[in-house]
Amino acid sequence: MRVNRLAVAAAAILTATLATACSGGSEEPSVPAASQSAAPAGPVNLTYWTWVPNMDKIVAVWNQAHPDIQVTVSKQAGGDDAAAKFLTAAKAGNPPDLVQAEYQMLPSFVAADAVADLKAETAQVKGEFSEGVWGLVTLGTDAVYAVPQDSGPMMLYYRKDLFEKYGIAVPKTWDEYAEAARTVHKKDPKVFLGTFSSKDPGWFAGLSQQAGAQWWSISGDAWKVAVNDEATKKVASYWGGLVKEGVIDGMPYFTPEWNKALNDGKLLTWPSAVWGPGVLSANAPKGKDKWAVAPLPQWNAGENYSGFWGGSSTAVAAKSPSKAAAAQFATWLNTDPEALGLLIKEGAIYPASAKGAALMTEAPGYFSSQPDFWQQAASIGATARGFTFGPNVNVTYNAYKDAFDKAVAATSDFAAAVQTMQDATVADMQKSGFTLAQ
Amino acid sequence: MTSRNKSARAHRAGAVPYLFLAPAMALFTLFMALPIGYTVYLSLRRTKVSGLGLGKGARKEIFAGLANYAAAVGDGELWAGWLRVLAYGALVLVLMLGLALVFALMLDAAHVRLARLTRISIFLPYAVPGVAATLMWGFLYLPSLSPFGDHPFLSAGLVTFSMANIAVWGGTGFNMLVLYTNLRAVPREYYEAARIDGASELGIALRIKIPILVPSIILTTVFSVIATVQVFTEPTTLRPLTNTISSTWSPLMKVYRDAFVTGDLYSAAATSMVIAGISLVLSFGFLRIVKNHAFGGG
Repeated sequence: MRVNRLAVAAAAILTATLATACSGGSEEPSVPAASQSAAPAGPVNLTYWTWVPNMDKIVAVWNQAHPDIQVTVSKQAGGDDAAAKFLTAAKAGNPPDLVQAEYQMLPSFVAADAVADLKAETAQVKGEFSEGVWGLVTLGTDAVYAVPQDSGPMMLYYRKDLFEKYGIAVPKTWDEYAEAARTVHKKDPKVFLGTFSSKDPGWFAGLSQQAGAQWWSISGDAWKVAVNDEATKKVASYWGGLVKEGVIDGMPYFTPEWNKALNDGKLLTWPSAVWGPGVLSANAPKGKDKWAVAPLPQWNAGENYSGFWGGSSTAVAAKSPSKAAAAQFATWLNTDPEALGLLIKEGAIYPASAKGAALMTEAPGYFSSQPDFWQQAASIGATARGFTFGPNVNVTYNAYKDAFDKAVAATSDFAAAVQTMQDATVADMQKSGFTLAQ
Repeated sequence: MTSRNKSARAHRAGAVPYLFLAPAMALFTLFMALPIGYTVYLSLRRTKVSGLGLGKGARKEIFAGLANYAAAVGDGELWAGWLRVLAYGALVLVLMLGLALVFALMLDAAHVRLARLTRISIFLPYAVPGVAATLMWGFLYLPSLSPFGDHPFLSAGLVTFSMANIAVWGGTGFNMLVLYTNLRAVPREYYEAARIDGASELGIALRIKIPILVPSIILTTVFSVIATVQVFTEPTTLRPLTNTISSTWSPLMKVYRDAFVTGDLYSAAATSMVIAGISLVLSFGFLRIVKNHAFGGG
């Protein structure tokens, strides 16, 4: 007991010291924010963490038109690290005012009380987004935690020229895809139809969504976790079987080896998202004009489904002293026609806003041989189904990497890896105290 | 009168050392004691979520007692990580310090040509930052890009060796320089006397130079043990390139994962304390053992 009190006392002193040390910097900017509604004494300065390419150019247009709200872009590396950095900054009490939040990370931000509710500020723009996308920023609650920016419906990228060379047709079902994988690998053992990436949980989540998975859902006041549902196990076993057979490779995406395989024509397909052209043109410049897109293969002939891989939103930090100004910028960025045009042209993204999608006309340069690229994307996007993300996606995704790393290396049971993800997710939620439905 | 003077002087003399110590103590408190204290504090806390965990006030920080420590010690992955690091460390220590000693002795043998150039080229890798070195080696290890041909350097069986190779490549030069500098400080008369007594170069190295080097070898070993226990950069940088390195490959990687990937600072703090304790035991334990052996219990 004495030890406890001592610890608490020491802790109190420590936190007091740290609190004063940390708040030293953030107290001053809150002064103009407080007086902002009355009469702005000077411009409000906002910082914005994002990894959209050329965002500084887009922000420059805003800054020109809004001398009283000046936004500064701080370029981030993106991905899981960016999310961890934001959560840490929020915990330390000095987050940026605005942050790019991937849809799957938003629940973690909300659970950490790191992002603000923008319900009032976004009421006017709600109608510009499809219900599915809007659900990703409300998490099925009454609040609105971010403004959707882009989305990533999945489709099948394939090497048109090499499909002809190996005499295979564009697969309509996953069964046909498996058959094609066997054919290709038989004709040239160094060539693979595709590869299973144990480093990209978002990709696997998208494929599971296509199969109808629902990893998280809310029932009443409890979370239901079903990472190991039938749909997901089906997807895992399918790929696991092909990897074991040796007709699908096991190298991860976005590695130097993968780039080389793409460039050398050793990989013929990539089930990816609408943002794929940017990656392909940067990593496989030799494939220009040789790639084409088709809908993802289906689980049952005649079906028409896709999933989402990636996509992000613009959120406002709960601790930002200028929330109203930040929300104003976030809505402009993602719904104003001029901003959307810039996002498409400079940022190379596929806007979530319906207005934005209509602005996409000219196919990406890399796909100039497929002039209807965006029409394809739009019709595929309409078939994409997502799911609610839970509050500890980071735990699930980390478990994916570790479990599937092992499964691919040992060509062992992929469905067991899915079970590992489920167990890790549930254990973490139980430890934190979330209410779980059985 | 006299006694008062004396006590005042004693008092003044007593204050002076503290005055001199003050800057060091202040820095130590600010940058060592406080962060460690804060880590201890964090390690005794945890978050408690209620209901769905969404919305304001759904997440609280509460006192956890020693639960985080119990979880850290009870986690098999942490001990599996220690085993991996132990295997890696044994390789690195033996190879790196062995090579460093051999190089230092060879360079010290007077008639080596191009001694300066050799010395610099062995030392040079130490100047390459760990991440850059690991990336460079990573590219050399990837089968489809490697100039060494299609060998599975990053496969489950070889990855420990491949990683140890990076550490040996990077660290040998520094340790060699420590040993070599020590050797240069030895009066040449010792060797002359030995030669007159009929000792060969090898005999001098084994019977005179190595015994003189023992304190330096102990020092470099302790530094290397500490560096090995903290191995993080190499496996973290190689991880995206292969599926044989898990997010908990080394104990420090587990701390990083808990703190920044899965967002559990409290477990990470507890695990760091456990790691700090083990590295203290390892390095002081080693010092104690060699002290008894090398200096005859002194």
